[in-house]
Amino acid sequence: MELFDNIVLGFETALQWQNLLFCLIGVALGTAVGVLPGIGPTATVAMLLPITFNFDEPVSALIMLAGIYYGAQYGGSTTAILLNLPGESSAAVTAIDGHQMALQGRAGHALAVAAIGSFVAGSVATVVLAVAAPPLARAALKFGAAEYFALVVLGLIASITLARGSAVKALAMVVLGILLGAVGQDLSSGTPRFTFGFRELYGGLEFVAVAVGMFGVAEILKNLHDPEQRGQLVGRVTNLMPSRADLKRIVAPVLRATGIGSALGVLPGGGHVLASYASYAVEKKISKNPREFGRGAIAGVAGPESANNAAAQTSFIPLLTLGIPAHPVMALMIGAFIIQGIQPGPGVMEQQPVLVWGLIASMWIGNLLLVVLNLPLIGLWVRMLSVPYDVLFPAIVVFACIGTYSLSQNAYDILAIAFFGLLGFVLIRCGCEPAPLLLGFVLGPLLEENARRALQISHGDPMTFVTRPISATMLGLAVVALVVALLPAIRRKREVVFSEED
Amino acid sequence: MADDRPLRTSLRIGAALTPLAMLAAACGGGGGDPADFPDDNIEIVVPFSAGGPTDTVTRMIAEPMSEELGVEIIIQNVEGAGGTVAAGQVAEADPDGYTVLMHHIGMSTAPTLYPDLPFDPLADFQTVGLVTEVPMTIIARKDFQPATLEELISYVEANEDKVTYANAGIGSASHLCGVLLQQAMGVKLQEVPYDGTAPAMADILGGQVDFMCDQTTNTTAQINEGKVKAYAVTTTERVESLPDLPTTAEGGLADVEVSVWHGLYVPADTPEEVVTKLTDALAAALEDQSVIDEMAKLGTAPVEPERVTPEEHTTVLEEQVASWGETLEGIEAE
Repeated sequence: MELFDNIVLGFETALQWQNLLFCLIGVALGTAVGVLPGIGPTATVAMLLPITFNFDEPVSALIMLAGIYYGAQYGGSTTAILLNLPGESSAAVTAIDGHQMALQGRAGHALAVAAIGSFVAGSVATVVLAVAAPPLARAALKFGAAEYFALVVLGLIASITLARGSAVKALAMVVLGILLGAVGQDLSSGTPRFTFGFRELYGGLEFVAVAVGMFGVAEILKNLHDPEQRGQLVGRVTNLMPSRADLKRIVAPVLRATGIGSALGVLPGGGHVLASYASYAVEKKISKNPREFGRGAIAGVAGPESANNAAAQTSFIPLLTLGIPAHPVMALMIGAFIIQGIQPGPGVMEQQPVLVWGLIASMWIGNLLLVVLNLPLIGLWVRMLSVPYDVLFPAIVVFACIGTYSLSQNAYDILAIAFFGLLGFVLIRCGCEPAPLLLGFVLGPLLEENARRALQISHGDPMTFVTRPISATMLGLAVVALVVALLPAIRRKREVVFSEED
Repeated sequence: MADDRPLRTSLRIGAALTPLAMLAAACGGGGGDPADFPDDNIEIVVPFSAGGPTDTVTRMIAEPMSEELGVEIIIQNVEGAGGTVAAGQVAEADPDGYTVLMHHIGMSTAPTLYPDLPFDPLADFQTVGLVTEVPMTIIARKDFQPATLEELISYVEANEDKVTYANAGIGSASHLCGVLLQQAMGVKLQEVPYDGTAPAMADILGGQVDFMCDQTTNTTAQINEGKVKAYAVTTTERVESLPDLPTTAEGGLADVEVSVWHGLYVPADTPEEVVTKLTDALAAALEDQSVIDEMAKLGTAPVEPERVTPEEHTTVLEEQVASWGETLEGIEAE
């Protein structure tokens, strides 16, 4: 069997001691940069790229660079859970329930569940990548602007489930997020919007600055404002490892999330961004206790983390089969391909089997290394919570600022952290939550860009959204989701009436 | 005025740092006597994202340049506003040769596309030398009807209101080539802008848009694999990596001649001695066999050694600023 031969070839390559070593270096570095807020995988890969030029085997370079990428996806959840500091858009979802768990003294559980879920999802997605990459890539190309628009609409409507409180406030936050996402130069005409004459804002607001401000800094301000809550951060840390019952509860969410993440990760136009949000929405929708979500639901950590890691693996499909990078890190990997004398493109899979299959096998090994590396570290991370707040809080702010500044050397990003920290604090006081705002911020530009692009391609005919079957189906689902979302609101009104009668 | 505030703040920070800088200079840090240049790390600012073609070219030449100069070269990616954010930063940097800008053809189109540009490409910069000129190719989705450039011209003329043209954003090389193509064909097409080359290429591969014109660095593999249809290369001579592809002149579009030229700049008033050292290091890097080989893989080549001079670079810049000023008249980014 060809597939079997390929997999054997892949493991032969990936298990050579130097490749194993580079894989370990990659995932360890990735975990480290994922844990430090703001210092992202893109900067790390860019800095390490010249070193890899001197590697004997091109496959070693790619194994290490890929390890940094998915290692960072993995490490990003650690600070999100412990400190409410998401460094990437996917970790913002993990922070919702993960940080609540940490506050309840269950930080160890949350971290372990994230690690185990990621491993399972990563392993399954690697198999998907090995078995079905070319047909999946062809299917992904059917996704044009109209389809992406419909997908984002569906995502935004489902996002209302991200809020634990009022749906109206959640909707308001999504809209505010979309407006913030519009800051910067308009793609079609280049017209600057909401920049108030500052050229530094032409590139838009930096996601990390907004997320660090809205989640991390706002959380710190909230803690300083309510002195009695401060004690809670130290937390009563219970046993670190999840119980058998906990593990049983995450089996189904992890598997569902793996499916969602694998499917969305293949879409080169931003599908991986949606994966963790989609998984969270699905888990909350089908949960027997949706009220638990936002208050430390274990499925709310296991689902998004698994979906995110699955998407991180399958997002290599457009790169390996079409030569199209889905992420800046992959654009850098294309650079590495070229320097190593390999033209990235549709022929890579046939012409460079050692490279492609070695890389795929290394991803599975890398995921295993990540679990082995991270489970023992959980105890150490959790102890970080017992650092006194007058040391921890300034340290968080300083690291977050350094990390964010390092992204593009733009001092405005630091001002943005301060601004969004204050805004986040005010919003929390008003009972509004940051997660829907961040989703709007991430998806808003995608929504606008694809709506306009679809209309440009159709020469202004809006029927393009309903005459294309994939787009029509997803918009139909969005309508259904909207109706379903509104139904409980009606029911809840009746419940309120009943409870008053009691 | 509200606009003044951040500027004044940064000036104040600058003033506070001045004694520190003087101290550093006194201790033998960077920015000393031009004769000692370089005695500290040099920073090359790249105005586009890490991993893009401009970034790749910079990283290729940085290593041999650093060996030549005997100091480390650090690459900073400062993105935004078609490269004008990075150029603005370097224009304001100390003219000591320790802050260098890598920029491409966008340097010459910026004055027309961005009318309130905070710098003047000709007055605020000293050219160091040209690096490379990347050819462009006209490509289309695989099932697009026309088979040759002649057929493409007549097809586009006949279906002006149906055809879509993809570009990688305002001011990008694919946008500029598109402007030239439309002027040469005498048509006004529906342009579909993308955020970078990768998503534009994805939609060409998926058959969502009809055609585009992009750098060989992005298109060579797709053309050689037969995943896209290729019509022409936009240089006066055919390129080595795509020997079967005719030039635009061969196909009847002599007016469409464009290449994405890259060059290094330092702030104006940088001492001549320092500029000469940088130019010499660049020239040496461009004659390095590994740089030549790596560029060949991208479908390009270093500029001829005799043209790696500040004078030649200035001539090209002046000529390009003037010609794009005419071509792009009425197309503004703001």
